[in-house]
Amino acid sequence: MKKKQQGGGHDRRPGFWVYGILIAVLFGSAFPIWWSFLIGSQDAAAINKSGINWIPGGNFLANAATVIDTVPFWTALMNSIIVSSSVALSVVVFSTLAGYAFAKLKFRGREGLLIFVIATMAVPTQLGIVPLFIVMSRLGWTGSLWAVIAPAMVTAFGVFWMTQYLRDALPDELIEAVRMDGASMIGSFWHVGLPAARPAAAMLALFTFIATWTNFFWPFIVLDPGNPTLPVALQQLQAAHYVDYSLVLSGVVLSIIPLVLVFIFLGKQLVAGIMQGAVKG
Amino acid sequence: MTAAIDVDARSLRRIARNHRLNRWDVRFSPYLYISPFFILFALVGLFPLLYTAWVSVHDWNLIGGQGDFVGIDNYVTVLSQPYFWTSLRNTFSIFLFSSVPQVLLAMGIAAFLDYNLRAKTLWRMGVLLPYVVAPVAVALIFSNLFGDRFGLINELLGGIGIDAIRWHVDVIPSHLAIATMVNFRWTGYTTLIFLAAMQAIPRDYYEAAIIDGANRLRTFWSITVPLLRPVIIFVIITSTIGGLQIFDEPRMFDQAGQGGANRQWQTLTLYIYELGWGQRNFGRASAVAWLLFLVIIVIAILNFVITRRIAGSTERRIRTKGKR
Repeated sequence: MKKKQQGGGHDRRPGFWVYGILIAVLFGSAFPIWWSFLIGSQDAAAINKSGINWIPGGNFLANAATVIDTVPFWTALMNSIIVSSSVALSVVVFSTLAGYAFAKLKFRGREGLLIFVIATMAVPTQLGIVPLFIVMSRLGWTGSLWAVIAPAMVTAFGVFWMTQYLRDALPDELIEAVRMDGASMIGSFWHVGLPAARPAAAMLALFTFIATWTNFFWPFIVLDPGNPTLPVALQQLQAAHYVDYSLVLSGVVLSIIPLVLVFIFLGKQLVAGIMQGAVKG
Repeated sequence: MTAAIDVDARSLRRIARNHRLNRWDVRFSPYLYISPFFILFALVGLFPLLYTAWVSVHDWNLIGGQGDFVGIDNYVTVLSQPYFWTSLRNTFSIFLFSSVPQVLLAMGIAAFLDYNLRAKTLWRMGVLLPYVVAPVAVALIFSNLFGDRFGLINELLGGIGIDAIRWHVDVIPSHLAIATMVNFRWTGYTTLIFLAAMQAIPRDYYEAAIIDGANRLRTFWSITVPLLRPVIIFVIITSTIGGLQIFDEPRMFDQAGQGGANRQWQTLTLYIYELGWGQRNFGRASAVAWLLFLVIIVIAILNFVITRRIAGSTERRIRTKGKR
């Protein structure tokens, strides 16, 4: 133990300079967010001159009010909540079911199908947008939230993630035991599969929610200006007020708040999720 | 007497039926559980991708729909457009500027997070913060920071005597600005992946090296980096697929969203959008989508070959080290 402390450097408490560097890193990751508030709280006259004003102005609420008037902000917020929650819920349900089957049930073609699922992660499906758009307009779904939710309802990553997790987390004996007691297949999934999957399912829900919330390309193409998600509304704001960065960046601040709140409460889980995924992946 | 036999026959039949149901249950349930993924992937993933090929060999208008079969005309037209080649160049350039520095930076930061820090979780959360900011928001913030006239970066450069850089005019500066947005959002995420891998390295490796007189920097280069190689490759491969389809950041870098007056920062996905929804030419947009698909496949194969070679050499090195 003594030797470790003297020599390793890995178990010893590091010197101040390490903290100094890390503080600089943290500054880099927080500064742009702080900057958007700094600009977003001033008015057009104050920012369109040379020299930097480091003190927040008193204009944030006024700017925010203008933003809410210019773009359908509340609709966008509601839409983002609806789309991200539905996608997260559906991805979790379908991925848990599929992951349970791949990890714990025996059926012909299991290995091959699982490899197929993993391989599809490398397929750039975003390149199919033209036909996807054609299909959506045939169905009459363009402009509706369905067009955004439907294509995202299950992901290969989700299936893979749940399979990996359930393989280790759920002992086969447990499933056999409830099967012996006469539970049906879905019954045994419900009674032992689902409870065992809960931690990984929560993590998957969180990451899917964030990915959907921040997604821009497809919603931008398929949604109407009157019925956007938040990122699409930000694009409209930019189109309307490019010259006035105080307005644009106050809109950015407004749009960031929900996920920053999520981050404050669940950031620890996000860190753990990424680090677990990395070890397994 | 007869009644008793009746009951028995009935319950036997019920047992038989339950047995049959149970067999079906065991047999078909797994397929039922995995079917949503396959059905959905076929409908919104595979079919559109393949149908893109069909659209690309037709005259096809956003409003008018399918027109005549034109063979490879769309491909020929697109490949003769300077914008296609500009977009291809920009896509690769932005990808390089956003992947190489990101991997290096993330590795460095991870090495510092790997120290025995106080308040570990706090530092880790700190680097991850940008991940929750949408790319569109990141792009708006940074296109302000990189403003040509009053942007903070140019002000700071001015302060140390460097002339203002025309971030929204010149090719390489615009790529650097866009790559910075990508790096801002993803470096923390990548850092945590590296950190997880670093923490999986047994600590006695370091102790052995330090007894041999190696310092921290030396152990980083000769122990950490080689052992991290599989993770580095994993990160690069996963970032390739997304990175070559980059859209949000260049779309939001200015108001017009076409990648600059001379398409200085137009990427292939932006070009697809311009052809499909700007010019309403779905045929040509599909042709570019397929070309980008081919590019991604070629890169994936290259990645695979290089990875195997590197993995092979690492294995050999570790084995020879083990012998020593």
